[in-house]
Amino acid sequence: MKLELREVTKKFGDFTANDKISITVEEGQIHALLGENGAGKSTLMNVLYGLYQPDGGEILLDGKPVAFAGPGDAMAAGIGMVHQHFMLIPVFTVAENVVMGHEPTGPFGIIDVPKAREIVREISERFGFEVDPDAYVETLPVGVQQRVEIIKALSRQAKVLILDEPTAVLTPQETDELMQIMRQLKSQGTSIVFITHKLREVQEVADTITVIRRGKVVGEAAPTATQEELASMMVGRAVEMEVEKSPAKEGDVALSVGGLSLVERSGRALLEDISFDVRAGEILAVAGVQGNGQTELAETLMGLRRATAGSIRLDGQELADKNVHEIIDFGVGYIPEDRSKDGAIEEFSIAENLVLNQTRGEFSKHGSLRMGLIQKHSKELVEAYDIRTGSSNAELDTLSGGNQQKVVVARELSRNLKLLLAAQPTRGVDVGSIEFIHQQIVAERDKGTPVVIISTELDEVKALADRIAVMYRGRFVGIVPADTSREDLGLMMAGIMPGEKEAANE
Amino acid sequence: MSEQSTMKRIELREPHVLAPISWKNPIIYSVLTFISLVIIFFLNSDAASKFVIDTGTTGIPLISFELPTQLTVVSMTILEAVLAAVSWLLTSRREKNGVWLPIVFGLAFVVAFLTAAVGGNEQSLPVTSLLTGALFLSTPLIFGALSGCICEHVGVINVAIEGQLLMGAFLAAVVGSVTRNPWLGLICAPLAGAFLGALLALFAVRYWVDHIIVGVVLNVLATGLTSYLFSTVLSDNSELFQSAVKLPTWPIPLLSQIPVLGPVLFNQNVLVYVMYIAVILLQILMFKSRWGLRMRACGEHPKAADTVGIKVNTTRIRNTILGGAIAGLGGAFFTVANGLIFAKDMSSGRGYIALAAMILGAWTPRGAVAAALLFGFADNLQNVLSVMGVAIPSQFMLMAPYLITVLAVAGLVGKVRAPAMEGVAYKG
Repeated sequence: MKLELREVTKKFGDFTANDKISITVEEGQIHALLGENGAGKSTLMNVLYGLYQPDGGEILLDGKPVAFAGPGDAMAAGIGMVHQHFMLIPVFTVAENVVMGHEPTGPFGIIDVPKAREIVREISERFGFEVDPDAYVETLPVGVQQRVEIIKALSRQAKVLILDEPTAVLTPQETDELMQIMRQLKSQGTSIVFITHKLREVQEVADTITVIRRGKVVGEAAPTATQEELASMMVGRAVEMEVEKSPAKEGDVALSVGGLSLVERSGRALLEDISFDVRAGEILAVAGVQGNGQTELAETLMGLRRATAGSIRLDGQELADKNVHEIIDFGVGYIPEDRSKDGAIEEFSIAENLVLNQTRGEFSKHGSLRMGLIQKHSKELVEAYDIRTGSSNAELDTLSGGNQQKVVVARELSRNLKLLLAAQPTRGVDVGSIEFIHQQIVAERDKGTPVVIISTELDEVKALADRIAVMYRGRFVGIVPADTSREDLGLMMAGIMPGEKEAANE
Repeated sequence: MSEQSTMKRIELREPHVLAPISWKNPIIYSVLTFISLVIIFFLNSDAASKFVIDTGTTGIPLISFELPTQLTVVSMTILEAVLAAVSWLLTSRREKNGVWLPIVFGLAFVVAFLTAAVGGNEQSLPVTSLLTGALFLSTPLIFGALSGCICEHVGVINVAIEGQLLMGAFLAAVVGSVTRNPWLGLICAPLAGAFLGALLALFAVRYWVDHIIVGVVLNVLATGLTSYLFSTVLSDNSELFQSAVKLPTWPIPLLSQIPVLGPVLFNQNVLVYVMYIAVILLQILMFKSRWGLRMRACGEHPKAADTVGIKVNTTRIRNTILGGAIAGLGGAFFTVANGLIFAKDMSSGRGYIALAAMILGAWTPRGAVAAALLFGFADNLQNVLSVMGVAIPSQFMLMAPYLITVLAVAGLVGKVRAPAMEGVAYKG
């Protein structure tokens, strides 16, 4: 089926998320939609899928204009979507999730479970998936959950399949498998819209590439275009792909974590026996696929969760039994992974956010805030960290994602740190800000601060790390040098330790 | 792949750091055992406890027996102590306590308590009518809990059950009285509940008001409205509006002849039979049908439901109204099922107990019935014992059902999970 979008426009208030976007997806083609976070890719696809109503333009299927009042209409017309955040119900079985909305039923509307299982089996056999129709979705690994989403879309006879950032949650090997599946779907005549910001994947699998920046189509590219070309189209200027970084000048061991474990009451281990050292002036990057205990590791190090066992020693001081404010005051800087939940208050001003965890110190006197000092402080930081805003008294949520993140980074790095802990420091941040934040983190390292970066983006890990630890199901698979190949890191992210030593022994 | 063989796969093994043990269960059992032990010291050593099992219908001989009070209580306490010890042992070995342990322990405690309570009393404890009344009194709780199950699974917290029961009771009484027909009253009760359910849906789903606040406000509205009408319209025309009508009690042929259980289960009011059907139907349909699947999808992950073409807010509104209607039907219990006229605030907090029953029953109709029966039993035990003139202060007996509710909900709720997105508005 051929899909055409003509001058589709979508506005949220004054903000134009999609500005007259026109795209044509030919039948049996993989069409990549490339753009930074916040460029408007997902908005466009939500318009196409009937979740948002467009403010202008039209959608054509095989040359005929269509209008979708809701996702039900879009599905009926043959459009399927695999969302970035899976639209699966964790407490339902695979079969229930797949048939939901078009259930085969017997008398009294009782669901025909054997029929539902059959639907799942038929499609999974066609693509060589191994998916148990009776498994509860919450028990499945994310890679399998994604396949359930694909089965769900195909069970509705989708002719156009939209994949929204499908590789964000996958290991490199799972990503390769997904590429295979995409090619297989294509050979069976399914058109695919592949939304991503990862250049490598686009080059590998796309037939056509449309680049979107700030809600507008900025151009088309062939998959033969180089990464530099694609990146500069995406960002609008030449981009440094590598962070300039001198070799680490390592000092003594500063942070020493031993046997750190975190076990839930149910007996499930979220962290297990994690031990590592970080030297002064060194960046240890913790890599791994999302959801393998990275969040819990950061929260345990910060005292947000109480470790079940183990020790966290920083400059000889035990932190495992300290609470969050003691840890902050001791000199641990923390950039949390989701600033909309932790670390910043969107309704507070930039100036207030910049002193959020320092109000007990120099910024208050006799229980009241020293407004003059706070203003002066914020002006300095806004300048130094290039935070793009009209006024430091503007509310934080008036800033773009990248500038909001710079506020958090500025606050943490402006203190005297004994340790910097940064979880996903550039998630949802534009490329320009990513470069800047990376430079700041490296500068902090060069001041002799030990740094722990937790990131699910392999590019970020490779760019910053002096050493790399890989996490899998709450454990460290291993700690390896920064020049370890992407393939080996990928294996480690799936829990396999590339065993050169074992090979030598055999 | 030949390379694979040289690689070391990180295998998942049992975690060697274990979660801290929760000692909640053994502590609860030990405390209850201690209470039994204390009771022993207040017993008269040669007292006997009389029980009678009647068949519910006259003319058939009654079975009555006596138990030596002290011996029975002592042996039950020993049994409790053994079970508590087993629980300590199992818990220390990180094993589950199982289902049988709480059931046997509960029975032992109830037997010990009953024996002690009626020890030395001239009258016999009527076991059959104790159970029949327990089932009867649990009827509004079960309807209320079913309403709660439906609403919460679809994502709406229904605190307005109390008001729905009250409005149901009111309309049933008034319609029944005006038409002199209890059946018409029974039919109108759900309408009153549905009206309140519709208001809840309007504010909670359409206008995103906090569900609990709307619920409480609706309860106040129901109390105020019915009290006002009661003291004005109803009192002025008591002839017309305040004549009691009663639904018939239908003994089911054959089934009601079964000893003990027959009269308890099958010599009941029509509303109780409607309840049986409602429980069975909902238990099946909620977890096996298209209606149930779509409804629960809206409470677990509304966005996911939306992306497969399910109209989330429409589903929520319809099912909230349905839930209200079911609670309204339960309200008929207070008036036409009992043959009583309407009285101010006659639901007296049962709607909240129904919510507790729903939580204790892990959001399933089946579980809610079990929990509601427990509360109904405590309620009726209080009635029966106070009729027998048992020397326990009546205030304590009145407290008992609520105390059990608090303990049960706080202490015994295990690993149950509420619908993930209940009480969260879906803004599409």
